[in-house]
Amino acid sequence: MSRKAGPSVSNIPEQLRYTSEHEWIQRLDTAPAGPGAAVVRVGITDHAQDALGDIVYVALPEVGAAVAAGDSLGEVESTKSVSEIFAPLAGVVVARNNVLDGSPELLNSDPYGAGWFVEIEIADPAQLEGLLSAEAYAEISGG
Amino acid sequence: MSAADTTAATAAPRRTALYDVHVSLGAMLTDFAGWLMPLRYTSESAEHRAVRSAAGLFDLSHMGQIDVVGPEAAAALDYALTGFISLVKDGRARYTMICAPDGGVIDDLVVYRLGGERFLVIANASNAAAVFAALTERVADFDTTATLRADAALIAVQGPASAAIIEAAIGRTVEGLPYYASQDAIIDGEAVLLARTGYTGEDGFEIFCPGPAAARLWALLTSLGSDAGLIPAGLSCRDTLRLEAGMPLYGNELSLSGTPYEAGLGRVVRLDKPSDFVGRAALAERGTAPVRTLVGLHGLSRRVPRHGFAVLDASGAVIGEVTSGAPSPTLGYPIAMAYLDAAHAGVTEVAIDIRGSAEPAQVVPLPFYKRA
Repeated sequence: MSRKAGPSVSNIPEQLRYTSEHEWIQRLDTAPAGPGAAVVRVGITDHAQDALGDIVYVALPEVGAAVAAGDSLGEVESTKSVSEIFAPLAGVVVARNNVLDGSPELLNSDPYGAGWFVEIEIADPAQLEGLLSAEAYAEISGG
Repeated sequence: MSAADTTAATAAPRRTALYDVHVSLGAMLTDFAGWLMPLRYTSESAEHRAVRSAAGLFDLSHMGQIDVVGPEAAAALDYALTGFISLVKDGRARYTMICAPDGGVIDDLVVYRLGGERFLVIANASNAAAVFAALTERVADFDTTATLRADAALIAVQGPASAAIIEAAIGRTVEGLPYYASQDAIIDGEAVLLARTGYTGEDGFEIFCPGPAAARLWALLTSLGSDAGLIPAGLSCRDTLRLEAGMPLYGNELSLSGTPYEAGLGRVVRLDKPSDFVGRAALAERGTAPVRTLVGLHGLSRRVPRHGFAVLDASGAVIGEVTSGAPSPTLGYPIAMAYLDAAHAGVTEVAIDIRGSAEPAQVVPLPFYKRA
């Protein structure tokens, strides 16, 4: 993993959606329980993990927790700081990445893959349209 | 944002002589005490482990280097500082403090006696101006001058492999250079001051050199040390290394509002020296009954105590405050230093208020880590 002094080019996959809180959202093909609902996977961006430094602990919500957009989903502790994770969309947590309990460093090494946080079933998929495109996120993250 | 903040935000941070080296290494840079310094180059945990197991290479050129020179330099420093500096032998160094008249700590310092009438005082970057101003004022009545070095660099090599790397650099043994001592040396034709000091809890060396030579010496040390596992190391790991070693950081454990006694460093206040010194009367009084005491905490949950968090007793009452905290890379659990009110100095089990939840912690002796 390399980090550059000054503006760095971080990895921002085209197919994902983003928030200004440096989280990514991926719509999954998983069949939702509710009619008209959708399931999304949530994590933090490469830019976010790079800024945080070595991550040593991740606290995630339990499956079944109902969250409103902007609610705290948990927290990420790195050597130097702690950051809150915010729910990007309203819904119910349907999966949490238990692997992070024992291997929080996956957030650093694979933020868009093995380092995902939770999956949320959102009742209203129209919420997805309010998220940032990869291009828009690249602009605000300086990537 | 206030007017003062605006000024601070627009003043460009200073660059050390090694700035271009840090950029070429891809360092993540941070504004630290008005200097643009490397926070980390790759992973701060990997850099921390390299210093514990092999060696790390640090740029410490932001620290204040103040020459105090003159026939009365020793007496002047005895008056200006808490330490008994006139007892320090040529070529030796002393950890000491400079206090305000009320006993509060202006800064913690390392003083090197370079020889006879020549001393080198090293101050924290954030306090360099304040220390220089206080020293200038305090030595004014002595036949002594204080000078803040400009364009001076400081490179540290820290870790168990550092002695072998330094020996390769100077072409001779370092056996005659004990801990907290310094000597003149030549590295790659450059005259430097080589000191066996540091802030990591490991054996280590600090090289004081002219700024223009710093990049060349850095490159040489990198090539001499890389086989042994030496890597560049940033300020982030420097902080976790010193925390594990139980060493205080100014602004965290030390401040103008506290005395050395509260920080467990009463040994640096030499009330036994015959001469008067700034802060003497206040320290003699405040030392007899410190209002708080510095302790080590071992966090029993995975959440990390941080600077400013409240320490609670079993009933949930606030009995102190965390001064520094981090996940310890060496120990694998959260550690912290905290001030406890004197009335609670004997407690062994406490809790830390981590964002509203009381996380248990055990009071443990300092340091957390001691090299074998």
